[in-house]
Amino acid sequence: MSKFKKKKGGDTPAISTASLPDIVFMLLFFFMVVTVLRDTSIKVQQDLPYADQVEKLEKKNLVMYIYAGKPSKRYQGQYGDEARIQLNDKFASVKDIQQYIYEERQSKREELRNMLITSLKVDQETNMGLISDIKQELREAEALKINYTSKEGDAIQNMK
Amino acid sequence: MAKRKAPEVNAGSMADIAFLLLIFFLVTTTIETDSGISRQLPPINDEEQDPPPLKEKNIFIVLINSNGELLVEDEKMEIENLKDEAKRFLDNGGGKGDEACNYCRGPGDPKSSDNPIKAVISLQNDRLTDYGVYITVQNELVKAYTELRNREANRLYGRDFTAMVEDYKNKAEYEGDVDKLKERIETVKDMFPQKLSEAEPSRSN
Repeated sequence: MSKFKKKKGGDTPAISTASLPDIVFMLLFFFMVVTVLRDTSIKVQQDLPYADQVEKLEKKNLVMYIYAGKPSKRYQGQYGDEARIQLNDKFASVKDIQQYIYEERQSKREELRNMLITSLKVDQETNMGLISDIKQELREAEALKINYTSKEGDAIQNMK
Repeated sequence: MAKRKAPEVNAGSMADIAFLLLIFFLVTTTIETDSGISRQLPPINDEEQDPPPLKEKNIFIVLINSNGELLVEDEKMEIENLKDEAKRFLDNGGGKGDEACNYCRGPGDPKSSDNPIKAVISLQNDRLTDYGVYITVQNELVKAYTELRNREANRLYGRDFTAMVEDYKNKAEYEGDVDKLKERIETVKDMFPQKLSEAEPSRSN
């Protein structure tokens, strides 16, 4: 049958690479869109204190974040300039912390639950009273591992 | 003028340019990891129990007031001197007999701590203390411990304690006995255990 006749001579035709740029661009856009640098928008001021005796928080999925500080300029009209706590995307009060910890714990696999670390991201001008309240709540929720998240640098700078 | 057909631009290098961009984005988007001072909070005890007996001289009290001023062992102190003072307290080694400390290099003042194993640093703050100041003080106290641990690790094993901990974290790449490394880290830790108590703050009037 002539249909199956071998083509006579000639090289295999070159594969067209004209669509390669499109494929690569697609990948590029995918990565540009997917790499979200921050998953929560922070509504409080975050001028973290400096410290140099630090440990790295390697495993991101084992970290719970508690933000605290004065509300950012944009929210000061609405929430005043008293230091506040932020959990996930919302302003919260001290009482909500336990609930938040329990929810976070529920969302993790069972064997990881006692490895969770709470990262306290607190603005350096906050009063210790608020932090003590947070610590007390964490103790009650039995989230005892905490990390005072800070910028790397000489700690003496905080005193200025 | 006669209209000429514009020559077609060669798009063959487009893929290369796009790849370059792609790789650039892949490499630069390192989501930065946070770091900070790690602490362990004390658990809440249901029943009131008496705190374990501690000798007055084995407690090093650091008080921070609402203006960020330090009161260390009833004396006013600048933050720059805190680390050395804490080291002198921890490394004092004033104990006798069972409580003697054979690796301490301090003055052996009988009024200061007996032994680093017994020495406790108590950090007390006011509710109006700035968080930044509090972190600075914590940092200085942790630094005192780290420096003493480094000194002992260097004496015993000829390496910094911090370097050993770093190695232990990357144990997959460590060439040597990991168990031994762990044992050494524990030994040095036990020589200067970090007994840093964060009391609940005093009420401000």
